[in-house]
Amino acid sequence: MHIHPYERFWIGLAAVLLVVFGAAIAVSSLALGIEIPGATSKVVATGLPADATNQQGWVRELGPGRYEVNLVARMWGFEPNVIRIPKGSTVTFYIHSQDVLHGIKIKDTTVSMMAIPGQIGRATYTFEEPGEYLFMCHEYCGMGHHVMSGKIIVEG
Amino acid sequence: MANEQTYRVPAGDRRLILSYIGIGLAHLAVGILLGFMQGMQHAGIDLYKYTFLKHYYQGLTMHGVYNALIFTTFYIAGFLHFATTHSLKRPMQWPKLNWATFWLMTVGLLMVDWALLTNRASVLYTSYAPLKAHPAYYLGLVLVVVGTLILLANMLATYLAWRRENPGQRTPLPAFGALATMIMWGMASVGIAVEFVFILLPWSLGWIDTVDPLITRTLFWFTGHPLVYFWLLPAYMSWYFMLPKQAGGKLFSEPLARLAFLLFIPLSLPVGFHHQFLDPGVSTGYKAIHAFITFGVFMPSTITAFTVLASIETGGRARGGKGLLGWIKALPWGDPSFSTQALGMVLFALGGISGLVNASYTLNLVVHNTMFVPGHFHLTVGTAVALTFMAISYWLVPHLTGRKLWGRRLAVAQGWLWFIGMAIMSRGMSWAGLMGVPRRTALGSATYVLPEWITAFNWMAFGGAILTISGVLFFVVLIMTALRGEKSAEEVAVPLAEPLHDEAVPAYLDRFRPWVLGATLLVVLAYGPAIVQLVSVANPSSPGFTPY
Repeated sequence: MHIHPYERFWIGLAAVLLVVFGAAIAVSSLALGIEIPGATSKVVATGLPADATNQQGWVRELGPGRYEVNLVARMWGFEPNVIRIPKGSTVTFYIHSQDVLHGIKIKDTTVSMMAIPGQIGRATYTFEEPGEYLFMCHEYCGMGHHVMSGKIIVEG
Repeated sequence: MANEQTYRVPAGDRRLILSYIGIGLAHLAVGILLGFMQGMQHAGIDLYKYTFLKHYYQGLTMHGVYNALIFTTFYIAGFLHFATTHSLKRPMQWPKLNWATFWLMTVGLLMVDWALLTNRASVLYTSYAPLKAHPAYYLGLVLVVVGTLILLANMLATYLAWRRENPGQRTPLPAFGALATMIMWGMASVGIAVEFVFILLPWSLGWIDTVDPLITRTLFWFTGHPLVYFWLLPAYMSWYFMLPKQAGGKLFSEPLARLAFLLFIPLSLPVGFHHQFLDPGVSTGYKAIHAFITFGVFMPSTITAFTVLASIETGGRARGGKGLLGWIKALPWGDPSFSTQALGMVLFALGGISGLVNASYTLNLVVHNTMFVPGHFHLTVGTAVALTFMAISYWLVPHLTGRKLWGRRLAVAQGWLWFIGMAIMSRGMSWAGLMGVPRRTALGSATYVLPEWITAFNWMAFGGAILTISGVLFFVVLIMTALRGEKSAEEVAVPLAEPLHDEAVPAYLDRFRPWVLGATLLVVLAYGPAIVQLVSVANPSSPGFTPY
């Protein structure tokens, strides 16, 4: 099959670009430790606290600068919806939904995940900067979706 | 190739094609108006209270279902029916199915219309369980999909009959593109067929009590991503096989054009998990595999970018354009069908790049479910596809009705207004998304809006208003063409580009079977174990909710 030399070059260039982008993703995921949720469901609950499916949300300190937060998502709010932690804390968030699909995005962090009934999402982030971090539901969950939010107050 | 133009599609088929297109466009008109209302809502102006709509999300559901599912599917059914019969120069093999297919789809659509208009299905077009809609909504959508599958069967029968009648001949390009599109879609529809027929419909009828929302979601995206190529490939058909002729040129490379279409069959399918990167319960390994294949599906679009641009350049040069860029000026910018598609392609380049961002595994964390995502797909389906279908209408409706296009200059302005409006709106959306603004949200009523978001919201509203004006102009031009267009003595020609070189095409580029087999294998590898795992730990404990 005849391919014009310019087009051959163009296709090669596109392939090289994709390899570069792919390498950047691999570095971010493997070397920088930026995680996305995996198969940590209720059914294969390896490494999850046993009470993460509790009806109630909670915040607890595991040790100096280490926290766990159990977020319960339901129409149309999060529990807890105000979370206070000191600056420099590493926080592991667990989230589950008690009704329809929800999601959570914590603004200006890498925490973003879906809350799917029957599954538990997990994400970890270290809050280096003090201030207020808005979080909100980012999956349509009915008429009150746009009021579903909360905030994390990182005290300096 | 010369007698390509001489075959006349029978009158009955013309009425059928116009009916498909008319229904699709009527729903687009409603969808555009609802988009305008959404833009205004984001700017703090509530127009819903002046309508019978209950709330923002009812309108948003209709906007998505009408624009992304109904307009596209009906328009594509009409266009592909046309491309098949016109380029194979024969009627459909099973003509009795033609109108039966249409009525099946239309009855399904009426059920969907009823459920949406009466606020019985405000679940958004993704239909995610545990949100539950009225059974009429699910059944109606099933009938629409079944209609497309009957059309696929009819097209395949027609193609095989043509092969018997024309041994040793290469499939004409428009029919080839139409078949590749529908074969890919037929395979893709398996996910939504299983989801709707075996899970959501029985659930909404009360025959089963609870479902597993992760499994229904996974089945949706099995179909949901290839769905975007079902929208896009008919636009590619126009860009590859018709637009070069409208530009006064030829198709730069026939083998690469065929290769691009065929590559979409295996590569569009096993990519659905890139919509579920942030789903707990799906293993990261399969997410990574799907991210990798999504990058692969970028390749046929890169080929398209080069081949289509090079084809158009042959047109600009044939029209006397000189120099590195002088050929661009020489292109027929006064022809609304050409200029509208050319503008659509410009924004599509940005849409492709923002799509790469979305597909980029870790980078997706920044943009997932933010306004960045609608910022992306309004450039792809909302511009590349919608503008191309509008542009096709500018020659197809005159061809089918025998009336010349009314208001050529207005039509040119329409394309430019859409281009400008979308550039502004999509800029606002992408910007808002990067600031963390969630999508699918009544932002004008949200309780957590930050002051820094407001400017971006106003960009969205302003761009949306320009788009609405463009939409109105489009319908004025089309309706006036149908009612008042000058009767043309000669038939308005179908633009069909000839290949630049009369070169041999390898046999594997004119056969579908090896590509279908390859696609099946790839789907089994990339989805099989993941689905087995999801089903083995299934947790079907969700009852339905109707919070709307």
